[in-house]
Amino acid sequence: MYMLKNVLRNLSASPATRSYPVEDREPFPAYRGRIHNAVEACIFCSSCAKICPSGAIVVDARGGRWDYDPFLCVYCSACVEKCPTRCLKQECTHRTASVDKFVVSKRGTPPRAKKAREEGSKGQKAPAGQE
Amino acid sequence: MNRTTVIPFGPQHPVLPEPLHIKFVVEDETVVQAVPQLGFVHRGLESLVRTKDFKQMVFVVERICGICSCIHANCYCNAIEDMLGVTAPPRAQFLRVIWSELHRVHSHLLWLGLFADAFGFESVFHQFWRIREHVMDICEATAGNRVILSVNVVGGVRRDLTPDQIRWMLEQLNELEKGVLDMSKTMLQDYTVQERTRGIGVLSKNDARLLGAAGPTLRGSGWACDERMRGYAAYKELNFVPVVEQDGDCYARSKVRFYETLHSLELIREALHRLPESELAVKLPGNPDGESVFRVEQPRGELFYYVRANGGKMLERMRVRTPTFANIPPLLHMLPGCKLPDIPVIVLSIDPCISCTER
Repeated sequence: MYMLKNVLRNLSASPATRSYPVEDREPFPAYRGRIHNAVEACIFCSSCAKICPSGAIVVDARGGRWDYDPFLCVYCSACVEKCPTRCLKQECTHRTASVDKFVVSKRGTPPRAKKAREEGSKGQKAPAGQE
Repeated sequence: MNRTTVIPFGPQHPVLPEPLHIKFVVEDETVVQAVPQLGFVHRGLESLVRTKDFKQMVFVVERICGICSCIHANCYCNAIEDMLGVTAPPRAQFLRVIWSELHRVHSHLLWLGLFADAFGFESVFHQFWRIREHVMDICEATAGNRVILSVNVVGGVRRDLTPDQIRWMLEQLNELEKGVLDMSKTMLQDYTVQERTRGIGVLSKNDARLLGAAGPTLRGSGWACDERMRGYAAYKELNFVPVVEQDGDCYARSKVRFYETLHSLELIREALHRLPESELAVKLPGNPDGESVFRVEQPRGELFYYVRANGGKMLERMRVRTPTFANIPPLLHMLPGCKLPDIPVIVLSIDPCISCTER
């Protein structure tokens, strides 16, 4: 009997849910959503790959390649906090549903090896990073 | 002539959110014997300590349970901190309490809804889950996710609360409390609810102790036993009082959870008002070495962690004992003698979390 008042109130009130996808809620700014790497600033130090608890990131430091599997990622943001150059960013929107699995692969220029730099300072041409 | 019949319950059953199988031997409508079978969701998470380093393991232990993930991480971090000889800063201790209590509130609200569903009160079920959205929103806005908060790290916490967030949280908590109080008459005084829960699944005070019950199942039988009384994290600085009921039946256990929800809201408010200023995490002195044990209070009862390390990055061994594991023997004691329609109510009254139990 005590619930009757509540039931009648709910009956006349508007629904508690939104009519998604027509009406979408703004994401909270602190939400841990998709991860984005601004690869131009990336130094391929592998810090993100080492800290990642699910092994979603693979870094090829020599080849300048950053592979990220969004389907393995647990969105804990450990990599974002560890990144020394702050090139990893976490957006507040979540990744949308997908039919196929894929790996986000980014290529950039790795910093020159110390040895190559020394050689470069002696007048020799340093090896350029692979694109 | 043998008049007994065997009725399987689970692993897939409308009232069970998780796979638990119990074989019921019934005579007419009365249960004579209950034989449990577990092992449907074993994932081998404990063995991951050998492949993940001790900092990464925080994210693994959070995934042991989908309802009280933050409390698992809290317990694990405390165990490792004890081994390293460090203490989390005061602000981190308070923030851990706030997020742990938010988890307790959303776990209890989820349970109250499921419990209402078990005795067939669908509108109460939906109302509780509607109220619960406030907590999920607070978690998402402050920690970045609805369930897996990932706020705890060894040595402290990773996220802070801004004054604006605290103000907004207090507003949301007021709304939430209003919603919970609105349901108090239905849950505590309604004739139908009492008929379905009072005097059912009785666990006497002595049996609760002998069978090793934990959490609200133990407190519903008259024992004032709560790990938060030990004062881990910031509980020693807050006005915590355990909720105890004497009857030991399903109604008493639901009352314990209902009042605990309200008490948790008070604790969160108190912690938010008294949040001290300090850094969020301390620097770790190296890798853990030795053995450590820690206990915390989960929504379902006492959670126990044992960790052993040898000075390397990986731990040697981790052992988790969850409250549902402790509550299964009392459950098997409650079931014989009950009627068949009361089975879902009694099984749910211990708030079974099978993912926790099997890991």
